[in-house]
Amino acid sequence: MYDFEYQRATSVDDATTKYGGAEDARFLAGGMTLIPVLKQRLDQPSDVVDLGDLDDMRGISEEGGAIVVKAMTTHHDVNTSDLVNSKIPALAALAGTIGDQMVRNRGTIGGSLANNDPAASYPCAVLALNATIKTDKRDIAADDFFTGMFDTALDEGELILAVSFPIPEEAGYKHFPNPASRFPIVGSFVAKGADGVRVAITGAGPCAFRQTEFEAAFAGGLNPDAIKDIKVSDDGLNTDIHASAEYRAHLINVMTRRAIGG
Amino acid sequence: MPSIKMTVNGKEVAGEVEGRTLLVQFIRDHLGLTGTHVGCDTSQCGACTVHMNGRAVKSCSILAAHADGAEVATIEGLADGDTLHPMQEAFRQHHALQCGFCTPGMVMSAIGIVNDNPDPSEKEIREALEGNICRCTGYHNIVEAIGAAAKEMKA
Repeated sequence: MYDFEYQRATSVDDATTKYGGAEDARFLAGGMTLIPVLKQRLDQPSDVVDLGDLDDMRGISEEGGAIVVKAMTTHHDVNTSDLVNSKIPALAALAGTIGDQMVRNRGTIGGSLANNDPAASYPCAVLALNATIKTDKRDIAADDFFTGMFDTALDEGELILAVSFPIPEEAGYKHFPNPASRFPIVGSFVAKGADGVRVAITGAGPCAFRQTEFEAAFAGGLNPDAIKDIKVSDDGLNTDIHASAEYRAHLINVMTRRAIGG
Repeated sequence: MPSIKMTVNGKEVAGEVEGRTLLVQFIRDHLGLTGTHVGCDTSQCGACTVHMNGRAVKSCSILAAHADGAEVATIEGLADGDTLHPMQEAFRQHHALQCGFCTPGMVMSAIGIVNDNPDPSEKEIREALEGNICRCTGYHNIVEAIGAAAKEMKA
């Protein structure tokens, strides 16, 4: 790892000020991606601004029909939250599939979303649940947030503070794990809420995306048979040593049906 | 260079580190506690598992400076004099090791698993060991040891 200036933020304002005052800074949340990336010398920031002391960036609450998860909340805390388990059990279950025990104890929802790994689990939940990402500057709708591989709508130095998930009537998540890393090769999150049915896929493309042809097919209800004859196009999907685009296209249909008990 | 202080196995320790110094480097190279191993160094194998503020974490993926002020527990802090921790004793009784390299991380992880789930099934133990790799592939006895230790720790 190249050396850098380590700075510890004392507040959100202090974090963004320190970030802005540095030549090329990175925010450090749980570090479950950033530290391995730095160790591999894939990145060389001048400064790392540690958010670890910002206790007011942790916690889960219910506000006006939504579950609000603050950005520094760990996957373990989402997975074991009574509130999330009672209101959006599919989201709690999803958090329990990320990484392993030690990763879930450190990794955060804000870090995962800001990083936007193509195979990250949270983005498909954020999209399907039509969540809002709250930053230090503005609110960003899920549909506008994920802009490409490792790319988001966040401006330089913009910090995610919380994610607000509207409570759905029904939701389900299923992923096909890579046998070695357990990252989703394809994951599907299905939610039925005030805006109708939304289906979002992770692992298959450059970043999470909505599967709108499934959403239309589910207009009459979340019946797995409603999509079983829809052949998903493999256009633009990822191919790697683990799965071809064609196989991922197939898994999109299978995982979506399994997400709703099919 | 950041000056850091933390509690390791109940003792106050302090040191000067670089920003990039990892917690595992601080534990091994600064404190001389070499029971915590570096296996893959890419956050996959879990050999470096310690507890930070009561939770199992991979010390190869945490900056030492980040752990400033934390309570850290390593494998060296588990036994009470000559009396092994029930998890260590169960690993001994069930021969839950072959070469032993992964063992400190396995034991620290296993205690984390049982703290979260005091009565785990065999399936739950196998799933919860996701983050610990034993390249001797000696998982079977490890799983048995954790199940036995869970009963002992509950008693």
